Amino acid sequence: MKIAVCVKRVPDTETRIKIGGGGGSGTGIDEAGVKFILNPYDEFAVEEALQRKDKAGTGEIVVITVGGDAAQETIRTALAMGADRGVLLKADAIPADGLAVAKALAAELKAGGYDLILCGKLAVDDANHQVGVMVAELLGLPCVSSAAKIEWGEGTAVAEREVEGGIEVVAFALPAVVTCEKGLNTPRYPALKGIMAAKKKPIEVKPAQLGPARVAVRSLTLPPERKEGRIVGEGPAAVAELVKLLQTEAKVL
Amino acid sequence: MAPRFTGVDFYGVEGLLGEDERAVRDTVRDWVEEQLLPVINESYLEGRFPKQLVPQMAELGFFGANLPEEYGCAGLNNVAYGLIMQELERGDSGVRSFASVQGALVMYPIYAFGSEEQKQHYLPQLASGELIGCFGLTEPDFGSNPAGMITTARETKDGWVLNGAKMWITNGSTADVAIIWAKTGDSKDPSSIRGFIVPTKSKGFTAKDQKGKLSLRASDTSELVLENVQVPRDALLPKSDGIKSPLMCLTQARYGIAWGGVGAAMACYHEALSYARQRVMFGKPIASYQIQQERLADMLTGITQGQLLVLQLGRLKDAGTMTPQQVSLAKRSNVNLACECAREARRLLGANGILIEYSAMRHMANMESVYTYEGTHDMHTLILGEAITGIAAYS
Amino acid sequence: MANVLAVVEQRGGKLRKVSREIVTAARQVADALGGSGSVDALVIGAPGVESAGLGAHGADRVLVAEDASFGRYAPDGYAATIAAQAKAGGYAAVVMAASATGKDLAPRVAVQLDVPLAADVTALAVEGGKVVATRPIYAGKVLQTLEMNATPALVAVRPNTFTPVDAAKAGQVSKVQAAVPAARVTVREVKEAPQGVLDVAEAPVVVSGGRGLKGPEHFVMLEDLARAFGNAAVGASRAVVDAGWRPHGEQVGQTGKTVSPTLYVAVGISGAIQHLAGMRTAKTIVAINKDKDAPIFKVADYGIVGDLFEIVPKLAEEVRRVRAS
Repeated sequence: MKIAVCVKRVPDTETRIKIGGGGGSGTGIDEAGVKFILNPYDEFAVEEALQRKDKAGTGEIVVITVGGDAAQETIRTALAMGADRGVLLKADAIPADGLAVAKALAAELKAGGYDLILCGKLAVDDANHQVGVMVAELLGLPCVSSAAKIEWGEGTAVAEREVEGGIEVVAFALPAVVTCEKGLNTPRYPALKGIMAAKKKPIEVKPAQLGPARVAVRSLTLPPERKEGRIVGEGPAAVAELVKLLQTEAKVL
Repeated sequence: MAPRFTGVDFYGVEGLLGEDERAVRDTVRDWVEEQLLPVINESYLEGRFPKQLVPQMAELGFFGANLPEEYGCAGLNNVAYGLIMQELERGDSGVRSFASVQGALVMYPIYAFGSEEQKQHYLPQLASGELIGCFGLTEPDFGSNPAGMITTARETKDGWVLNGAKMWITNGSTADVAIIWAKTGDSKDPSSIRGFIVPTKSKGFTAKDQKGKLSLRASDTSELVLENVQVPRDALLPKSDGIKSPLMCLTQARYGIAWGGVGAAMACYHEALSYARQRVMFGKPIASYQIQQERLADMLTGITQGQLLVLQLGRLKDAGTMTPQQVSLAKRSNVNLACECAREARRLLGANGILIEYSAMRHMANMESVYTYEGTHDMHTLILGEAITGIAAYS
Repeated sequence: MANVLAVVEQRGGKLRKVSREIVTAARQVADALGGSGSVDALVIGAPGVESAGLGAHGADRVLVAEDASFGRYAPDGYAATIAAQAKAGGYAAVVMAASATGKDLAPRVAVQLDVPLAADVTALAVEGGKVVATRPIYAGKVLQTLEMNATPALVAVRPNTFTPVDAAKAGQVSKVQAAVPAARVTVREVKEAPQGVLDVAEAPVVVSGGRGLKGPEHFVMLEDLARAFGNAAVGASRAVVDAGWRPHGEQVGQTGKTVSPTLYVAVGISGAIQHLAGMRTAKTIVAINKDKDAPIFKVADYGIVGDLFEIVPKLAEEVRRVRAS
């Protein structure tokens, strides 16, 4: 079984994000002191690939990312979890245009003969929520996005995804692209032995064949500060006043 | 509650670490955050080691991590090993003590003084957590002076018979094997001290938890009694040779503990800082007040010094040039730092600081044990004094 | 003439509420592009799918593409149909919703039209003749403004953000061809949530509970409060979802859902940054917590400090009274 997992190096959103970057134009973030991690949603994808391989008893898991040299560390995190080898599609900057990124990934995946391609449903930095599905469409493969549960069969599978007010049950055949939602599985920690073994696993570096970038980031701004609120009172005695304010002042009742 | 811990790194020490060292640190950091912290308060209050965590710790490779891969270990360098201890202590000193004992005080002596058969038999099982070990050196009347021990090992037709008592033994009551240090010759002759691998199920071997601890509550601390415990010939660690053998083990453990001190200090600093930013008094966050800022500045200074200290110590250890006196300096300094950080964090937290919900007081209580064990602070002071002046201020 | 295509949503043959928001956003873009462009709403569904009422929010025409296989979401068919209509109509912009379906569908449309997609958009404008889309990134900590440099400009708007406005247009309904390629995936069924349960991401009022509720059994109190409001969904903090008290679908926050309700009531939630990321754009935030220093009070418009077990039932009672009067 040959599985590809597309991953992304993202800032740890626990750290404070400051607008800076982009050559002083304020169209990027200030990377000083920011810790970068494997996109949490991609962890579910790596874990799912590992479980598929464990189940089949054999197979190869290839981790692919678009990024700069630093993204090799991200690939190595996935290798430490148990993936077999990595491919870095090298690009100086990752375009804001998800389609451009998807084209680079599709170009790499096309001749790979993959039975399954897994991605996280979105990356926590730009939250574009599109690259995985675009890759599938570019490759003409079946695609299920935001899969929260998957039952694997022989060459087929049934996935569940959350929709408003319910759960959508989707059937598909392999090869396919699946983007992963939280709760699909519990990603394993990279074991210490795995971290050491990852040092010896190969990472191929080649230039990314990005599509043309047809969105431009005009600006990054901070969301407007909320107006300061107030404590209306203490205990159940304050309820009447609160409801009155909701009605007359906030006008939400 | 403090937000997720993302490290303390005022001097960019991160950049001095290798990629794999960072990766090791991150695995342990995440594991502590997600698996240890949610259960530690309950364990601590109940006075119970969270044994349910052992299988996962073993699977991830936390035990004997700096021992070679051929014995089922992770084969990490000593900086990576130190980072494991740092992050575990950030969680709880009792849990880090478990790992220190298993790795540095049980697996290490088998590795350093054992026969190839002993290594092949025990090390993989200790690495995998199938077997839990403890280190029997300290006795009720012999703490700082282990050379004075009165536990004996007498040769018999088929092996050895051991008699004596040990105290303050971490993991004692849950261990499957005990590394027992005993005198094979005259009771006044420390050069006759040898190490023995003693299965705790042996007839005559009892272990009993010491009750009433107000520190290291999430750790099993036991008394061991050996009454005519018979062990086969091959229980002896053949290369063990006098008091220096257990002392070498202690050097290993103390090295890890020096890193641990940084971890506990960071935990307290992180909690104190997050609290100071949020807690409002007289209309301002308490982080606005000079005395709290001084507390935080002192903590950060100590942590930064401690980080650089153990990083260099680790590099020296990997180069093979580290001396026990260098370890004494780091253990003494970083543990003292952690005691002070914990205490000052506790004070900054005000009344909330006495609650189990906040970790400062638990770390504060724990660090008192760490100050005393593995060579008391005072003992390390004298070791350094002798190293500096050439004059031993103790007999 | 710059026309805009609004791809609306239906379920079970009925138009979903978000359809009004999509048309409103499309109308906004069409007006901003100037030149009296028209808005065409595209409805895709099984024969007999609802198509009335879209004129009220600005649709000049309503195009209905029907096929027996379109009763449930059919990704390949829907995408092909939208792409065919978008190409045929020469639209300047195509507006969809970043709903659960939209997040799956819009990227497919993007590839078929070979244009970029701005997803989860919270504001739209036209500057220098270009569609400019604003969207939150970094868990809502930063707003990114993108200039769309391809035609049509394809955007997916965040539900509950573009408040439907009345902009009565003809809404003339006509049938268009459905494209029905071979389906690569099949939606077998939609397991409906229990009756009357509103989705957290779409409800105008969200009543959310955290660890302060002390146990799953106490969430019935919030369910009752939600019923008192009438149009509310129950949400949950990550802590209670991780503890297994509530399902993941109710989680509000960075790794859960991002919601923008008119009213968000946070009960027994301390207000960790990750939770705030999921609800800070709510119009009005109310916090109920026994700890007056809880961070949630910093973002709340109104707060009550005290025992939630006493306050919540009283609140439900008072809300019922006021709504009945």
